[in-house]
Amino acid sequence: MLRDEDRIFTNIYGLKDKSLKGAMARGHWDGTKELLEKGRDWIINEVKASGLRGRGGAGFPTGLKWSFMPKESDGRPHYLVVNADESEPGTCKDRDIMRHDPHTLIEGCVIASFAMAAHTAYIYVRGEFIREREALQAAIDECYEYGLLGKNNKLGYDIDVFVHHGAGAYICGEETALLESLEGKKGQPRLKPPFPANMGLYGCPTTVNNVESIAVTPTILRRGAGWYSSFGRPNNHGTKLYSVSGHVNRPCTVEDAMSIPFHELIDKHCGGIRGGWDNLLAVIPGGSSVPCVPGAQMKDAIMDYDGLRELGSGLGTAAVIVMDKSTDIIKAIWRLSAFYKHESCGQCTPCREGTGWMMRVMERMVQGRAQKREIDMLFDVTKQVEGHTICALGDAAAWPIQGLIKHFRPEMEQRIDEYTRNATPHGAVLEAAE
Amino acid sequence: MSVRRLAEDTVQPAAFAFSKENAAWAEATINKYPKGREQSAVIPLLMRAQEQDGWVTRAAIESIADMLGMAYIRALEVATFYTQFQLKPVGSRAHVQVCGTTPCMLRGAEDLIKVCKKKIAADPFTLNESGTLSWEEVECQGACVNAPMVMIFKDSYEDLTPERLEEIIDGFDAGKGAEVEPGPQIDRIYSAPAGGLTTLQLVEAPQKTKAPARASKAKDEQAVSVPPSNAAKPKTDADVTNPALKTPATARKAAAKNAKIEGETADKSKPAKKPR
Repeated sequence: MLRDEDRIFTNIYGLKDKSLKGAMARGHWDGTKELLEKGRDWIINEVKASGLRGRGGAGFPTGLKWSFMPKESDGRPHYLVVNADESEPGTCKDRDIMRHDPHTLIEGCVIASFAMAAHTAYIYVRGEFIREREALQAAIDECYEYGLLGKNNKLGYDIDVFVHHGAGAYICGEETALLESLEGKKGQPRLKPPFPANMGLYGCPTTVNNVESIAVTPTILRRGAGWYSSFGRPNNHGTKLYSVSGHVNRPCTVEDAMSIPFHELIDKHCGGIRGGWDNLLAVIPGGSSVPCVPGAQMKDAIMDYDGLRELGSGLGTAAVIVMDKSTDIIKAIWRLSAFYKHESCGQCTPCREGTGWMMRVMERMVQGRAQKREIDMLFDVTKQVEGHTICALGDAAAWPIQGLIKHFRPEMEQRIDEYTRNATPHGAVLEAAE
Repeated sequence: MSVRRLAEDTVQPAAFAFSKENAAWAEATINKYPKGREQSAVIPLLMRAQEQDGWVTRAAIESIADMLGMAYIRALEVATFYTQFQLKPVGSRAHVQVCGTTPCMLRGAEDLIKVCKKKIAADPFTLNESGTLSWEEVECQGACVNAPMVMIFKDSYEDLTPERLEEIIDGFDAGKGAEVEPGPQIDRIYSAPAGGLTTLQLVEAPQKTKAPARASKAKDEQAVSVPPSNAAKPKTDADVTNPALKTPATARKAAAKNAKIEGETADKSKPAKKPR
């Protein structure tokens, strides 16, 4: 288990002083100026060497992403945009960073902006996080007052950090939709290329990073890439905020090392599965967009990008949703389908129509009011939505259903059988069986 | 996607204007964005209009579009796309937003919805008889480890039971919403595990207070001990520095086993060392 000294977010539960003074006492903003003096290349190389992969779900190496920005400005300003539109069901890690440890994020913004020659950073907070936004804004105001931000500041690098917010659209967590939304439009994803590093916010070079990716960088630079990469397996280095929800005895958000075994995470921090390990039905290990994994396979799973990919799922945002045997798994996945139907932006036809279609079929699957061959048809439709849309929301809507069919097909068939058996001779069943 | 339309003309007010304070705030907000990019401020401004009037009126959308130099349709598009904008009047004392997405559903959000149906109105977005309350089911609010939860205006109320939600709704209906403490409704510190911390126990966990900052101030001064890091270790390809290498220091059991091996070369004058 990770030791407390190695935790980056030392105030994640908000028990300590949240002010700038308190943050400084805990070691934040320490020697930021000296870090900047080491230069852009040093920062980017150090982040690359640390093995930090983007914490927003896709796991793209952060240092590499930063290096895509143009080295010399062609006259257009550069922008850093921090994606704090945390709306993935199960995920609630950035919320705690913003409300309890905001200075990690602000210092990270300064360093990342410097590394990419950006003088303006926008933090796009989801609309529902109103108190979190206020806490973050208060921390930023404090930094301006103290002279850490703004023109001619103590760090010797002009930087403005602004808080922007959305208004309840999951799709704005997609980076180009987020940029559209930040420009004051509907949040509909853009086609790539051009990539944001060339044509992003207002047509200028832009990098969009997750809150956690940005917030860990100052500590990585201070303590060295070697320290950070000493946690976790190769290719999956670092520490991670896990948010465990669902049927565990004590759901919580906790920072621990990457590659921690699943059972250790649950037993150490969450008080075990409700009703014991034998009661575990399935786990969605990385937020709603990844396929579920049956409990039996999950117990010894390694919680990192590669370990979960081997199980046909993914780490995503490390938002673990645990389901015990009292769960109606078909209904749980149907509710995710309803979520994606609600959140589809309506731009691409396969997703706009497909999410609604999948939700309606899933609704019948929950009741059992379906034909068994419709399970195959449903699977087929998910395959037609997957990969045929501009952004990954279509994929995200398809994967949970694919995971369900892959692992829980017998349950679905049993449900259909039960419905058929219980139907009255005059009515429902005839209608359902066509 | 959901179909969202503006409210009937009969309920739309004729005009909209920001209060003096909000107008000053709006100007500062517009200045956050580069010249010629004023449109960026449309979401924050609409949100402030909603806070002021309780919902987003057609007059507000149009006057904000004028402020930002946008075509009306662009502002209407934004107002109807983002689901946090209430396009119809909602309860004046409380608009209860129940999170119904899977993590909350697993922990009993459906019972919370039943409470809302019973206490407020059978259908979402419908005012109760006195016009003070309304409810809706929303998608994930990002407080999954504190499920189930509801959001009422700016605050979230987490770790709810149906009984507790009834009390909260009653409190708001009586106009005493400010007295209900937001956050977890059970004995728990924000998103930390209920029943005690498993990490970050450097400071004694203080009782949940309104101002934890003050309570733990003195302890923050403690020096944080710096753990050893690999940063200063030499980088070399030499085999002997391979960290995967097994040595008696790292693999005691295997070393002990080797020591037990008997044979011609074994030194039988000394007993094999027992594994520690």
